[in-house]
Amino acid sequence: MELTVYFEKEQSTKKIKFSGQTVEQLLHFLKINSEIILVTRKNEILTLDEKLKHKDKLEILSVVSGG
Amino acid sequence: MRCLKCQNKAIIELQHGPLCENHFVFYFEDKVYKTFKKYQMLAPQDKICVAVSGGKDSQTVLHLIKKYFLKNRWPAENIFALAIDEGISPYRPSTLADLKKFCKKEKIKLTIVSAQKEFGSTLDKALKKLKNAQLRPCHICGVWRRYLLNKYARKLKATKIITGHNLDDEAQATLMNLFKANVNLAAHLGPVSGVQEDTHFVQRIKPLYFCAEKETKLYSLLQKFPVHFQECPYAEEGYRAHIRNFLNDFEQKYAGTKQGIIKSYLHLLPLLKAKAKEKNSRPQACPRCGEAANAGHCKVCQINELLKNEN
Repeated sequence: MELTVYFEKEQSTKKIKFSGQTVEQLLHFLKINSEIILVTRKNEILTLDEKLKHKDKLEILSVVSGG
Repeated sequence: MRCLKCQNKAIIELQHGPLCENHFVFYFEDKVYKTFKKYQMLAPQDKICVAVSGGKDSQTVLHLIKKYFLKNRWPAENIFALAIDEGISPYRPSTLADLKKFCKKEKIKLTIVSAQKEFGSTLDKALKKLKNAQLRPCHICGVWRRYLLNKYARKLKATKIITGHNLDDEAQATLMNLFKANVNLAAHLGPVSGVQEDTHFVQRIKPLYFCAEKETKLYSLLQKFPVHFQECPYAEEGYRAHIRNFLNDFEQKYAGTKQGIIKSYLHLLPLLKAKAKEKNSRPQACPRCGEAANAGHCKVCQINELLKNEN
């Protein structure tokens, strides 16, 4: 599936081709530690087991403060 | 994933199970209120200075202090916010803009103290001047901020300083002190800082002590606080950043690591405080500015002397 992902820390948006199904698998694919982020879709907060859909638009928000 | 309390859709999975939005907000606020009570952090007659930066932690703690005062029918006008503008561009102006918006909405008085006005230099300018002095940005920033917070909290007659330090900050600080063998400094951490009362210092308390950084971020997001992600340009240079990354990697592999560090530390804290008291090393007044100093001039006057020599 293809996903559009906004990365808050980098303040950039990327199109990602991904063959998994869940948020947890996506984070593993992107090599992102789930401890330091929250994932949202249409302002809804997703848990790690949430199933993703083709063309989903996600936001990966940074938990760690910038200072 | 379903909430363990009501079977609604969960938004977070904590160690004891998943929670929906309503139950997470209740759990988070209840945890902070229990921390207030357990450590007797607040009294109705207190004048509260909340040390704020404009980030998620300071907005969360400011919001919850006010909510707690109103809940107990205590005078909420005794709460004020104090921010230090150390002069990091464009990072600080942006967080201060969020903070002004937040304080206006919450009707909380905000005082901003500027390093430029106090010391005649911003942090940005100081770092350029002191590039050969081998002083890390976070060291100068920390020394300036602690000094100005304490000085202005006292000046504004605060009885307590409240900070937004969370479980992650405290687990990091505990490990940093352990790795660097700073046993004396370790005695000054904890939900209520300090070893003994001293007229130089206003007591510091940390209501978010048991709240993980991820929980605070989620709470601030759900409350729609005006927090924009901003990264301090100097943040990655510090020792703390390495400890933070190390701890987060460990937490992902072994859930509960940060809580374990804090629990162990709290068991040891009475011993650390007793040991530090034995030394009876009360701070002296700095001969130049009158603020607290361990020996001779305080750290701020030492840094400012270096700056003067570079002019």
